Amino acid sequence: MAKEKYIIELRNLTKSFDGVKVVDSINLKIKENEFVTLLGPSGCGKTTTLRMIGGFEEPDEGEILFEGKLLNPVPPYKRNINTVFQRYALFPHMNVFENVAFGLRIKKLPKDEIEERVEKMLRMMDLEKFGKRHVDSLSGGQQQRVAIARALVNEPKVLLLDEPLGALDLKLRKEMQIELLDMQRSVGITFIYVTHDQEEALTMSDTVVVMNEGHIQQVGTPEDIYNEPTNRFVADFIGESNIIEATMLEDRKVMFDGRVFDCVDTGFGTNVPVDVVIRPEDLQIVTDPEKGMIRGTVTSVVFKGVHYEMLIENEYREYMVHSTLMFPEETQVGMNVQPFDIHVMKKEGYG
Amino acid sequence: MKKLAVRIYMGLIFLFLYAPIIVLIVFSFNKTKSRGQWAGFTLDWYAQLFKDRLITEALYYTVTIAILATVISTIVGTIAAIGIHYMRGFGKNLLLNINNIPVLNPDIVTGVALMTLFISAGMRLGFMTMLIAHVLFCIPYVILAVLPKLRQLNRHIAEAAMDLGATPSYALRKIILPEIRPGIISGALMAFTMSIDDFVISFFTAGNEVSNLSIVVYSMARRGVKPTINALSTLMFLAVVILLLIINKKSGEGEELLL
Amino acid sequence: MKRMRILAYPYSVWMAIFIVVPLILVFLYSFTEGDIRNLAQLKFSTRSYERVSEPIYLKVIVNSFILATLSTLFCLALGYPVAMIVARANPKVRSMLLMFLIVPMWMNFLLRTYAWMSILSPNGFLNRLLEFFGLPRLEIMPGKTAVLLGMIYNFLPFMILPIYTVLSKIDKQYLEAASDLGANKTRTFFKIILPLSIPGVVSGITMVFLPAVSTFVISGLLGGGKTPLIGDLIEQQFMWEGNWHFGSSLSIILMVMILISMAIMSRIDRDGKQDENGHAKA
Repeated sequence: MAKEKYIIELRNLTKSFDGVKVVDSINLKIKENEFVTLLGPSGCGKTTTLRMIGGFEEPDEGEILFEGKLLNPVPPYKRNINTVFQRYALFPHMNVFENVAFGLRIKKLPKDEIEERVEKMLRMMDLEKFGKRHVDSLSGGQQQRVAIARALVNEPKVLLLDEPLGALDLKLRKEMQIELLDMQRSVGITFIYVTHDQEEALTMSDTVVVMNEGHIQQVGTPEDIYNEPTNRFVADFIGESNIIEATMLEDRKVMFDGRVFDCVDTGFGTNVPVDVVIRPEDLQIVTDPEKGMIRGTVTSVVFKGVHYEMLIENEYREYMVHSTLMFPEETQVGMNVQPFDIHVMKKEGYG
Repeated sequence: MKKLAVRIYMGLIFLFLYAPIIVLIVFSFNKTKSRGQWAGFTLDWYAQLFKDRLITEALYYTVTIAILATVISTIVGTIAAIGIHYMRGFGKNLLLNINNIPVLNPDIVTGVALMTLFISAGMRLGFMTMLIAHVLFCIPYVILAVLPKLRQLNRHIAEAAMDLGATPSYALRKIILPEIRPGIISGALMAFTMSIDDFVISFFTAGNEVSNLSIVVYSMARRGVKPTINALSTLMFLAVVILLLIINKKSGEGEELLL
Repeated sequence: MKRMRILAYPYSVWMAIFIVVPLILVFLYSFTEGDIRNLAQLKFSTRSYERVSEPIYLKVIVNSFILATLSTLFCLALGYPVAMIVARANPKVRSMLLMFLIVPMWMNFLLRTYAWMSILSPNGFLNRLLEFFGLPRLEIMPGKTAVLLGMIYNFLPFMILPIYTVLSKIDKQYLEAASDLGANKTRTFFKIILPLSIPGVVSGITMVFLPAVSTFVISGLLGGGKTPLIGDLIEQQFMWEGNWHFGSSLSIILMVMILISMAIMSRIDRDGKQDENGHAKA
């Protein structure tokens, strides 16, 4: 087996605030040039994890390795890691140029080299006209770019980004997502990105790390995370889903709503209680209730732009269904689902 | 009708506030000692004022103490405010509450308590004890002026500096201090005016050998009214008005500052 | 950044020595008797407090309280309308009015009091003026009236400014909403403006009452020793009589009086706020 090169490794990393474990012995390996996103609801420990890598919080237990060497005792100002802070933390008493030049000036680089590197970075960020501007006079998106430029100009090996797009409006956020992704590809450094926005995580990352209550729930590619959530929490947090308590009768046979469904999952054993996930877009509605595997009544219809979101109730539960076809309330309908769209998960402590 | 009533009312209030000051100023130029009659213009009282050793010495002590107390309390107060800002929980609350004691306690209690301490510790009341007392009651105002600026500071700004390679002390000097400078300046101004204006605490901590202007005014006024005090008042009032104008021009938030 | 905490340590030591220890000493002296220069041989005693309860001293304390309360009430009655007029003035006029209210406050406190001496004293400006118009003379100084006047003069701005600050921050939409809902001006004042201005009134009352109840300058200069206040007693004990035990117990009593009145005030403030919330919910 080829030995892969990891730039950051977290081993049993633990941190408590006031006796509450915010990060609970997490393990994670991050490859060079990877775009890794820590995703989870607020309070899940993602920002604390990032701050420990940056050196702003000391772990209670565990180790952080950087290129195989222990990083714990290194103070933040000696780490070859830079951070883009929530709300940017630009220095308000300096202009754009001085903000970007700050790190280079501390390194005592020659004047013309500083100038050259800052100018180049400003050009790259489309900020060349703003060098003399006061940071307060910039728009949110521009401030964002200054913050990134200020970090990247130091040529760090790893860039930490703490919800960097959280303060921007939706349209700008989408634009910046693409810009950030392009940038990461072109500079070729490792990005560790923290967000609570699942869509953002899925759009940008090579690897998504879903966290909850200080624990890592799942690590995987965006596709894995969406299509194969390992537990109820991940399924619930990533996208909309119908989560159903079911019984795994045997391999490829799962029972819920009083009938047996074919599926593709194996290895759970026989007659084991499990959770089943069906994404709302994977349920197909048929007008003739008799032709559906599941029968129910439409109780609510909401137009969502591309599709209709309908709630369909049967005697066991309520299903959320996305469809481009509209079925009015009170309609009796049937629903079908393909075996590979039924995703079976082990039951866990969540919820 | 209502407008007229408002005008008359405000006129009376301002008459009430300014009449004594105007009387003082006018009579500082009056030839006779008695305060009812106008006996002609003179600057004698001003000349006498500057010949009076007691008053010139008091002026010297007032200004020296005010400058020293302002410098010391601004430095100590700013450093302490930064320390307190980064504290949490019980310790922080305790320090803030103790810090508030000299602000909330009546001056007379602060004065006698300090006098008790100095004498019990065998210290001779004089310049030093008065300076300590002034530093003591000035620091809380500096802290109360600096803390809000620290709270306004982006929580991550010092971290951002360190992230970019600044040592903690570099971050403190180049990032935090410039950011909280307005608070430091208004704290220093407050300290200076509190010190210049103080009577009660100085009265109990200065002893017999040292006096500031307020103490001299008190002891002179106790013995009756003297035209030299009128002259002194006029000059002090003028100084205050000039200072006020400068501050208002500089800060633009003078209103907040003066409270 | 937690390491920054050590910056607070030197000041903590300073505060312990110059704020906490002196207060402990005052407390200690108030409950003891004996030679003040020799802490070891001080004996526990409540004699100083017993002395406070003697009629002449009780009268002084009651007098201080009454005068401070009266001056607070006068300041409130005179100052509230001023605060309201200033708050309603257009911005240009407002900042000028504020400036004129603040300037006298910046004059040395002793000089302000001294100014009244030269006006009110038997041969002072006021009596000369009255004589000039053929009116009878006023003999109010030295005396309680002069002390009260001095207090009102010195502390009036402390009442006006906090009330003004609160009034100027009241959202005009409340007033518009009130009139929209049919409240006339009187009703709007009593139901909206007054309740919302309570925090300003409370801090104004505190800022006037506190220095008024503890002053010894005003009573010393304008009262001529005829109506001593608790502050005069404390000054006397520490500066002239040398009885620190009695002086200390008077100081403790003054502090307790102030603490009680501040507690009452903050209670009123809190109730006011709850009321406000209640209205907002309803």
